[in-house]
Amino acid sequence: MEFAYYTGCSLDSTAKPYDQSCREVFKVLDIGLKDIDDWNCCGATMYMSVDNLVAYSVSARNLAIAKQSGCKEICAPCSSCYTILQKTNKYVEWDPYARSMINEALSAANLSYPETIKVRHPLDILVNDIGIEEIVRKSPYRLDGIKVAPYYGCQIVRPEPMFDDMDNPTTMDRLLTALGAEVVDYPAKVRCCGGMLMTTYTDVALNLNNDIISSAVEAGAEVIATLCPLCQMNVESYQSQINSKYGTNHNMPTAFFTQLVGLALGINPKLLGLDTMLIPVPSRRVKANGEGVTV
Amino acid sequence: MPAPPAKTDPRAIRREVDLWTAFWDQVNYIPDGHKLKGCIQCGTCTGSCPVSYAMDITPREVVALFRAGHLEEILNSRTIWLCASCYSCTVRCPSGIRVTDTLYALKRLAIEKNIYPKNFPVYALSKLFIENIYKYGRNFETGLGARYLLKTSPGGLFKSAGFGMKMFSKGRLPVKPERIKRIHEVRAIIDKAKQLGGA
Repeated sequence: MEFAYYTGCSLDSTAKPYDQSCREVFKVLDIGLKDIDDWNCCGATMYMSVDNLVAYSVSARNLAIAKQSGCKEICAPCSSCYTILQKTNKYVEWDPYARSMINEALSAANLSYPETIKVRHPLDILVNDIGIEEIVRKSPYRLDGIKVAPYYGCQIVRPEPMFDDMDNPTTMDRLLTALGAEVVDYPAKVRCCGGMLMTTYTDVALNLNNDIISSAVEAGAEVIATLCPLCQMNVESYQSQINSKYGTNHNMPTAFFTQLVGLALGINPKLLGLDTMLIPVPSRRVKANGEGVTV
Repeated sequence: MPAPPAKTDPRAIRREVDLWTAFWDQVNYIPDGHKLKGCIQCGTCTGSCPVSYAMDITPREVVALFRAGHLEEILNSRTIWLCASCYSCTVRCPSGIRVTDTLYALKRLAIEKNIYPKNFPVYALSKLFIENIYKYGRNFETGLGARYLLKTSPGGLFKSAGFGMKMFSKGRLPVKPERIKRIHEVRAIIDKAKQLGGA
């Protein structure tokens, strides 16, 4: 099994630990990741705000190059990349005229729109291709007793239901529960983190993130598990600002779900980028063979 | 010799008609764009929106205003630039309207026509972002944030310094942009798409 890996800009910088942990987990589970050669930015929500055709054409270059690598599916860990690449496929499927225009734009770089290349999220691949049982079988450790609030955010579950429910997704819940974690249920699991509003309208974004963190705290969580680089940064990095604005006392570790899975798989915390988190993530784990040794 | 100015200035009226046409051009790019006409004004979009409390015009009102022919008023509002693209409205709309995509269409219209809300320069971020893509092929996050704040609120840059230092100390904030090898491909695609009419 091999996927064309679309790193995306965030995983190349602010979300390095997501990139590291994703690659490590896939390596241990024996899933091939082939870097898309010389990929470009997907355009995110920003290009869509300026020019429709250019936005889709820029995004389609990645699909075209990924297809050339011989892979049938793309693995895109960033929610925004995932949605944009996905949307490009949908748009072309929906509108034959758009397809011809995008193809013409791509031809300027001697590329063409690949007819079939699926875009997948690592969570989807782990749970639906590899399977939870298989991951548990390969895990020498369990995350017993760690109280996790899985946070899905927006663009994994919306606008199209790709692999989970739009209002109450459970894929991450099931995976982490099977690995021994105590998953808490809380109402903010699909609430928006504000995305780029943290830069453009900070007050609103702080309010949104306070809602998310407070809701997780109330449910008794000791760590929030995320699957998007922007969600992770917004939830983790602005807690001191939230605290001074709302008089709260948050100090909530915010991990990438791949880091938690990696811990269970017995990967060295450093290789998972756990030392680069701003708030230390609880990384205690118990040997799965029942010896109960905490490492 | 230039024609003498008309006694009554018809610009305002022309503009609204012109905006209307340009808006439908944008909406037609959206799958099921025509469903916008079927809005029942139930307000589910506004109720589902996590940021509607901070909007001057709610998402439901956007549709009402558009129907009443007040597109310019919508473009002058902060609403379209406040949408963080969470798609909650889109998945809940009982009439199947892609509200988020409609707001994107309005953003593009605003940029095309240069009509923005006063003292709310959020659109500048999109413009800087696409400049980054043309220059480097990728988004250089550090530079993007810094340039945006420098342009819009230098005080904000000062406030973000603490966050920047924290991320930098963890090796999570690159200081130099990285240009992709085949940047000429990206530029050729962008140029060509623009030439094809864009929208």
